[in-house]
Amino acid sequence: MNLSRRQMLILLPAAAVAWKSVLAGTPEDSPNYKMSEHWWGMLIDIPKCIGCGNCVRACQTENDVPDGNFRTWVERYHVTDGDMVSPQVISPDGGKEGFPVVQEDAGKYFFVPKLCNHCADSPCTQVCPVGATFVTPDGVVMVDPKYCLGCAYCVQACPYGCRYIHPEKKVADKCTLCYHRITKGLTTACCEACPTGARQLVDLKNPKDPIHEFLKTHSVQVLKPQMATGAKVYYNDLDGSVR
Amino acid sequence: MSVFKDAGHLFRFAGLFVLAFLLFLVIRGFVVPKTFGQYGHYRGAAIGEVGAHPIKFAGHQTCEICHTDVLDVKKSGKHAHVNCEACHGALASHADDPASVTPVKPDTAVLCARCHTASAAKPKGFPQVVPADHSNGLPCQTCHNPHSPAMAAGGAK
Amino acid sequence: MNGVEGFMYPNEIALQWSVLIVLYPFITGLVAGAFILASLERVFQVDAVKPTYRLALLTALAFLLDAPLPLVLHLGHPFRSPEMYFTPHSTSAMAMFGYVYLWYLMAVLVLEIWLDYRREIVRWSQQSKGILRLVYKVMTLGSCNISERSLAIDERVGWIITLIGIPSAFMLHGYVGFIFGSIKANPWWSSPLMPVVFIFSAMVSGIAAVMLLYMGLTKLRGYKIDIRCVDTIAMYLFYIFIIDFSLEMLDLIHRIYEADESFRSLNFLVHTQLYIPHILIQICLGTLTPLILLFLTQVVKLPEIVRKRMYAIAGSLALVGIFAMRWNVVIGGQLFSKSFLGFTTYKMTLVTREGLLAAIALTILPLIFLWILVKLLPPWTEKNEHEAIAAD
Repeated sequence: MNLSRRQMLILLPAAAVAWKSVLAGTPEDSPNYKMSEHWWGMLIDIPKCIGCGNCVRACQTENDVPDGNFRTWVERYHVTDGDMVSPQVISPDGGKEGFPVVQEDAGKYFFVPKLCNHCADSPCTQVCPVGATFVTPDGVVMVDPKYCLGCAYCVQACPYGCRYIHPEKKVADKCTLCYHRITKGLTTACCEACPTGARQLVDLKNPKDPIHEFLKTHSVQVLKPQMATGAKVYYNDLDGSVR
Repeated sequence: MSVFKDAGHLFRFAGLFVLAFLLFLVIRGFVVPKTFGQYGHYRGAAIGEVGAHPIKFAGHQTCEICHTDVLDVKKSGKHAHVNCEACHGALASHADDPASVTPVKPDTAVLCARCHTASAAKPKGFPQVVPADHSNGLPCQTCHNPHSPAMAAGGAK
Repeated sequence: MNGVEGFMYPNEIALQWSVLIVLYPFITGLVAGAFILASLERVFQVDAVKPTYRLALLTALAFLLDAPLPLVLHLGHPFRSPEMYFTPHSTSAMAMFGYVYLWYLMAVLVLEIWLDYRREIVRWSQQSKGILRLVYKVMTLGSCNISERSLAIDERVGWIITLIGIPSAFMLHGYVGFIFGSIKANPWWSSPLMPVVFIFSAMVSGIAAVMLLYMGLTKLRGYKIDIRCVDTIAMYLFYIFIIDFSLEMLDLIHRIYEADESFRSLNFLVHTQLYIPHILIQICLGTLTPLILLFLTQVVKLPEIVRKRMYAIAGSLALVGIFAMRWNVVIGGQLFSKSFLGFTTYKMTLVTREGLLAAIALTILPLIFLWILVKLLPPWTEKNEHEAIAAD
């Protein structure tokens, strides 16, 4: 920004060293990343989400997500008169460019960011015929694009609609929880870009992670708990009409 | 034994089976990736390959190493917890090569409106305005410093 | 692009499984059904259906050779399909299907056909000339032993294989049903009845197909249709059809009565997009009509020619109905959102890899396979024909 040339010359080498260490996978935050020491998930704080679409755009930039498919997206719910069975839901282009303005209207509105739930008992990895999708030892549901047949059975098996067949690669594709970032001490692209802190990457195996305190003190739910998928994306203050 | 003699053709058929099975095992030995089964029923090397994807968002920690002046402004204001790249976009390329990649300043008319345009769908406590009424068409930064937006005395530059 | 009504999760809008995946359970169903018809004669000693024994086996083989093609063709990476055999995932129904398929093809069908034809194969390998002679020579596996005793062993082994073959055929198609029935995310599929419904509908389609093929081929060859044979087949078709229909209705009534969270959405679907393929084609045209026709042939004394025509119509309609059932399962199961808040549409493409032309080609292909098999291994023996004529 307002750096003088002198300041830059002093600061740059240190920055360069720090940045290179991030790229090399040995940032100060997690020297020698060990898979067995982590169990990743995410916290979505519904009352904080303003539906700006920053997360969707950040995800598409970070992960080269093809147009028309989404690793994460935002839905806007509108529930009127307590009719929980038929909420009106929209997600124009995944909420990528935000949502149309609403003048004062009856009922309640809220935004629900969605992404892969990185289920511990994931129905999608269960059905893969060849072992091309799996849960990593640190709890991330991942696709091996070099091994996937593209049979789409996993897409059918995901109750949340989080998978798609990549139109060019012809293999199943999905959220990797920015595995290339979280293993280097960074947070996911969507969390990095979220302006309100509605999304938080959590490490359930890290005793210092604030998630433990949060789970103890808030009313937290996962999506479609009846599916018993062991979902690890926790929603704070989730309305019962969300599915 | 004549039973064996008369069932000879069956043994030939069975032999073909065994042969095919052995061939299958040999081929399997060659084609199954080396790291398959390292951690579970999948190719262990795939984890590292997914983890090698290039980073596009440098992360605020990286930005803050150089831009300490901005951090100082930001950390006391309302936008303290808004990360740099939430507004400025993915800038790992700039972190990689700060001298030749210069980020473009975002247009506040678009940027601020994205979050702060009033809508009944947004959480009630979130600061929202109707942009057209709010500023008479003046750009946001006329009054607000995006890094610390509250309009305290001299809040804007 | 697909038209969306209401709300779909954004990744759900495009259908993943196309008409080819409709074809796949349809074709495996024909295999299982045809084999079970063949086993009637062999294991349960139903002599009347003897004229169709070999034809049923060859039909099963022809369709079985075709069965994996629609699957492989629909894959994003067809050449990776052998991974299914090299690293099968033990918790995946689809992976197990690969092995069940191979077992059924090699250990049951090919072996049974080989044993049944061995006497002829040895004879043909000595009588025929040129390439054909070589083909038959290879098929003898170098053993020309057709002594009384070896044929008696063949008979015994063949019987055991048929016995193993019946549960194998059930497994082959039960597994196809399980592939759908085990998806808890999809309420239209998720049902323990799915494998059973698939097996019985498979038997209906397979028996109807062999009956039609037998009637058609006999007519083409200028012989007289063995009416006792088709009467018996039609009787079995009728009974199995009743079981199939009862199971499907049980499933439907259960869904309507339970009316769980998915009901509103599915009910809407059945009354709109699926109305024609499900209510009209599958239930009215493809199930009730042939059932009534077959019922009439069972209770009313009708002249032979009328019966034959009714069998032909009932058989064809049954095939249409079973195809519609596969369509409604596979395509219908992807038309609604798993949020139960909206619907998408399916537009079949024409000339793409998964389009209509590919589907038609894959439907005709097994008939070409069958034609080659019938030329190579004629299913009718002189003895059979005499019996048929004598029976008239």
